[in-house]
Amino acid sequence: MRVSLFVPCFVDQLTPKVGLATAKVLKRLGHEVEFRSAQTCCGQPSFNSGQWDVAREAAIRALEVFRGAEVVVGPSGSCVAMMRQFYPELLKGTPHAAEADDLAARTFEFSEFLVKKLGVTDVGAKFAKKVTYHDGCHALRELRLKEEPRQLLRAVKGLELIETEEGETCCGFGGLFSAKFPMISTAMVQVKGGALARTGADFVVSSDPSCLLQIGGWLSREGKPILPLHIAEVLANDA
Amino acid sequence: MSDARSDIFARIREALKVKAPKPHLKTDANPGKTSTVAKPWLPDGGETADASLTILAEQLAKLKAVLIRVPDKAAAAKAVAELSAAKNWKKVAFHGHELLRPIAASLPCETWEADASFDKQRLEGCDAGITTCESIVAQLGSILVSSATSGGRALSVLPHVHVVVAEASQVVPDLGEALALAKARHGDQMPSMLSFITGPSRTGDIERILVLGAHGPKELYLVLIG
Amino acid sequence: MPDSKAIFLKDATVNAADGDQRAFIRKALGGYYTNRDLQKARYRDWERARDAASLAKWSAVNDLANVLEKFTANFERNGGVVHWARDAAEARAIILKIAEDAKAKAIVKSKCMTSEEIHLNDALEKAGYGVVESDLGEFIQQLRGEAPYHFVFPCMHVKREAISELFTKHLGTAPTDSPEELTMIARRHLRQLYVDADIGITGANFLVAETGQISITENEGNARLTAALPRIHIALSGIEKVVNNLDDLSVLLPMLATAGAGQPMTCYNTLYSGPRKKGECDGPEEFHIVLLDNARTRLLSDPEQRDALHCIRCGACLNVCPIFKNIGGLAYGTTYQGPIGSVITPHLRGLKQWNHLSGASSLCGACTDACPVRIDLHHHLLHNRRNAAKESPTLFDRAFHNGFNFVIKRPWLFATGGRIFRATLPLLQKLPLPYMGAWMKTRDLPKAPSQSFRDQWKNQNV
Repeated sequence: MRVSLFVPCFVDQLTPKVGLATAKVLKRLGHEVEFRSAQTCCGQPSFNSGQWDVAREAAIRALEVFRGAEVVVGPSGSCVAMMRQFYPELLKGTPHAAEADDLAARTFEFSEFLVKKLGVTDVGAKFAKKVTYHDGCHALRELRLKEEPRQLLRAVKGLELIETEEGETCCGFGGLFSAKFPMISTAMVQVKGGALARTGADFVVSSDPSCLLQIGGWLSREGKPILPLHIAEVLANDA
Repeated sequence: MSDARSDIFARIREALKVKAPKPHLKTDANPGKTSTVAKPWLPDGGETADASLTILAEQLAKLKAVLIRVPDKAAAAKAVAELSAAKNWKKVAFHGHELLRPIAASLPCETWEADASFDKQRLEGCDAGITTCESIVAQLGSILVSSATSGGRALSVLPHVHVVVAEASQVVPDLGEALALAKARHGDQMPSMLSFITGPSRTGDIERILVLGAHGPKELYLVLIG
Repeated sequence: MPDSKAIFLKDATVNAADGDQRAFIRKALGGYYTNRDLQKARYRDWERARDAASLAKWSAVNDLANVLEKFTANFERNGGVVHWARDAAEARAIILKIAEDAKAKAIVKSKCMTSEEIHLNDALEKAGYGVVESDLGEFIQQLRGEAPYHFVFPCMHVKREAISELFTKHLGTAPTDSPEELTMIARRHLRQLYVDADIGITGANFLVAETGQISITENEGNARLTAALPRIHIALSGIEKVVNNLDDLSVLLPMLATAGAGQPMTCYNTLYSGPRKKGECDGPEEFHIVLLDNARTRLLSDPEQRDALHCIRCGACLNVCPIFKNIGGLAYGTTYQGPIGSVITPHLRGLKQWNHLSGASSLCGACTDACPVRIDLHHHLLHNRRNAAKESPTLFDRAFHNGFNFVIKRPWLFATGGRIFRATLPLLQKLPLPYMGAWMKTRDLPKAPSQSFRDQWKNQNV
């Protein structure tokens, strides 16, 4: 299959290793991977801020960028939810509505793509560490993914998966929310991060790099010994 | 100035000119078609009388209501009399019903047919109230009382203890059936009050800690005949 | 007009920093989660039950005029009196007039959020009536002179020590740290008040069009007593509480109890049709219902968010909301707290003054999943944000997002900007920049890589 990578803008700039790991896993499974460099941001910050006119422009650009792609795969539940759930809502009743629906049907979150579309759970990864999994809210509630990432992690050789308290509780990121209401966002990450730290895991793994930014940022500031890691980085590890 | 009623109706009609789509349902719109049970997705109420009685007993226990099963009316009177003696009731009010009169007569304390000469102050001073009921819902452990079957509105809620005496045949599987039965029995002459009582009165208002007997009865007994 | 946003930000900041209080709320809700899950597990299919509940409310709300006509005709046939109130002032005036005509002195109330919405107690007290809230939580809040913290659990934030002190001060009782004893103090205090009151005021959870009955859900028995002993019963209800058929309650009553309190049914679910009937020994001589619009028709006119009128006020969305749990109910400054309050308050009281509540959400969606009638809560927060940006855009927001758009629509500029951003990140972190400064106060940013993904990809794939 020819997979077109959808790399979130902040992954592109701040955690490129997540994008590279995603590509590595897909290639290892024998798929062709492309990156269309005209892509930038999906428009979610503007969408969530109520600036739907701006977000609509971003959506239309994304339709152009990914036009003709066989499948689009992104290592972020949140950005994929934007494309899959919210582009159709944004572009409803416009000349772009049909294409938005079409793109939505071809777009997958990374773990979802592996498990649901390809039917793969064992990608041949090794990772002899104790990890706990954080469900990003968009993956969990917009895309309804819960078991898929866990199936992938359980198949990783040497990996011990432990569940956390507050498992379905939001980390408090919410994009610009975390900066517009920093006190609430911090209280939320105290709850979530505190629970994750108490698991005694070496890593907190998630399919959402934005949650990892928030959780990792707080854990680092608090000097907690648990580190953030994207699921693609775990699955890319084969040594 | 037009009156409030017409104004509100005008606003409603104006607002509803734009239709809202049907809610986005997660499952098929017409469930239950293949089952003999009316709403096979709600909690189970039992498909046979025995199954219903088992579920009822479980529910009442969880609710901290006491179920006393007796074979006949004489045994019912004996059970209530024992309860009265054990709890040292001084004054007991009861609903004037043929099932309850002999029971009241067997009690070792002062009894009063509350609905014959209603007095709220006197009722407030009673230790227990004895009533019949419309039906009993196995599914939820609820007892449906009404102003017709339970000596008005206050008798089943003002005294500190509520005793319901009923026949086992009054147990229905679920809430839908209890409501349908009430409708069939009363038609458009519903008693002015119908109340599903589900366990003794309770509150969690202080630190979400369960306390029984907030304003209504602290104890609830169901004496089931047959 | 007080600046509701400034007050919210101030209160939310204080509360979010109060770790002890947050832990107290979390602990108080612990039992609710356990019981809710146990009860939900008894449903043979909870999702189908949600469908049925949502459909029952949808069909009534979308045919509101006809359903209300039917309800009121049947209510009157049962001997009740129907009153209509366009707004809060009219509702207060109607109730004051009933009290005046009855020459009432004492009024007992059972829990009714609609009466909080119209500030009924203030009006009654100003007119010289003694008004007592009989629900334990509301009674405590009345003594505290504070609005309910949570529309189902009004005083869940108050510790038992504080309640003991409150009772000692107002009722002269001995101090105790037992919730049971405290409950019994209130029980004893209130019993005579029911007997003496001339008027009982309740809310209504459902208005059944088919039979003209109103349905009241409660646990304590205080609503039962309020509607049994006083001479006059007044029910105050929003117009959206109607359902078509009695059978709808076979779904809605258990779901309200399970979603709201983790119970199979609440203790008392009572249907009232009219005052005392011929042959009945007690019950009120008069039964009035006051049907309140108070901007509900404004919400009704928005088909996108009309489903918010399906709300059965169970409070499930509050109980799972991380915002509610961290800032507490009082910070909202609204009658209805939590996600449902953030959705409907802008419609009821003005988008410009109340849109900040829609902004104060990470959009996690836990509320929407918890809602027994499937209100699309967290998406409606997005809709409010969109409507507010259109109605009263702020200059900063417009400039910020237009600037952002200018960059992201030009991939070369995005790449170049990204390069500069990464290179200067250590310096930027020290500047009081909007957004980033707030973020950096409690969290670190990862160390910026020297090359972006797009650069590394290009180098790898030449």
